[in-house]
Amino acid sequence: MSDNDRTDDKERAVEGGPPKMSPEEVKRRRGRNIAIAVVLGLLVVLFYAMTIARLGENVMNRPL
Amino acid sequence: MAMISDRLAETGRREAAGAAQVSVSGSVGDYIALLKPRVMSLVVFTALVGMVIAPGHVNPVLAFASLLAIAIGAGASGCLNMWWDADIDAVMTRTAKRPIPAGRIAPGEALAFGMTLSVGSVLVLGLASNWFAAAFLAFTIFFYAVVYTMWLKRATPQNIVIGGAAGAFPPMIGEAAVTGHVSLDGLVLFAIIFLWTPPHFWALALVKAGDYARAGVPMMPNVAGADATRRQIMLYTVLLAPAGLAPVVLGFGGAIYATVAGVTGLGMLALAWRVLRRREGEAAIKAAQQLFAFSILYLFLLFATLLAEQSLGFGSLFAGWGR
Repeated sequence: MSDNDRTDDKERAVEGGPPKMSPEEVKRRRGRNIAIAVVLGLLVVLFYAMTIARLGENVMNRPL
Repeated sequence: MAMISDRLAETGRREAAGAAQVSVSGSVGDYIALLKPRVMSLVVFTALVGMVIAPGHVNPVLAFASLLAIAIGAGASGCLNMWWDADIDAVMTRTAKRPIPAGRIAPGEALAFGMTLSVGSVLVLGLASNWFAAAFLAFTIFFYAVVYTMWLKRATPQNIVIGGAAGAFPPMIGEAAVTGHVSLDGLVLFAIIFLWTPPHFWALALVKAGDYARAGVPMMPNVAGADATRRQIMLYTVLLAPAGLAPVVLGFGGAIYATVAGVTGLGMLALAWRVLRRREGEAAIKAAQQLFAFSILYLFLLFATLLAEQSLGFGSLFAGWGR
């Protein structure tokens, strides 16, 4: 990171804006975002499957 | 409590300093490393055996969810351990490249990650199995993160003996997830891992004594000396070898398990004896390394054989005993 970039970051911090990210940091953030999306999706599937497993045959036992 | 609030304040100061200078952002791999995947795999394995030996049936989906929750709970406690121990990890060659000391993940991020996973894993286990198992998992996370990591590890050479209980609880949690209680069978699996821990870690500590001394961790070789450690390794191995055969007596270990536990138990005794006898130079280091490596194989073989026997429905030598 060059001195100019650091100055930019400080100025952005003073202005309340986010610090400038390097391409590597952007790549890592993208990876984290995708991982969080995948985990949330799997949690939805897990909770759905757990609910069906808990209810068992009773899942169909309801007034129509 | 003062110690914990000091560390939280320090984490806050580092966060503030980090935010002012550069954004700390680890990769997905760094966050996975925080969970200590190798320890997690051992926990999954031993908890699975605890579930398989438990009498009764559990829905496969709920069994999978329970196992996942136990694994994530173990990972969460590993993450909290890394948050607390970042200072000593930084000075030990074995751990210096971990995400926090290497500066890839901020301490506060690791703390938040560990706490979130702890709460999440306990809730999922409660919903998937029962609240006794969930409470047991919560206690295990507390025991590892607070009792072992924050208290015992830097206070006493008995750190890994008492702290080893945290690593030995997973089979009992697995059994509790299926039955809602803990039986003598689960307690025996606990005892095997509990007695296995000192020879395993002290063999490593004999080789890495310099590392632990630099970090100020009072491991047995640094406090009582290498010879006293060798004697204690022998003592625990003498207790471990017969404990490894206890599943046969209780009826959930069959003929194959009896053979495997007997032969590998003798192997552990032979290697511990070699550690006791070879006290100088390269031979001493090699003996400790061999015991460390074999101890991993020993535990793996014992639990893998139990799993195979139970899964394939092999008969027990003393079926019905102790039940």
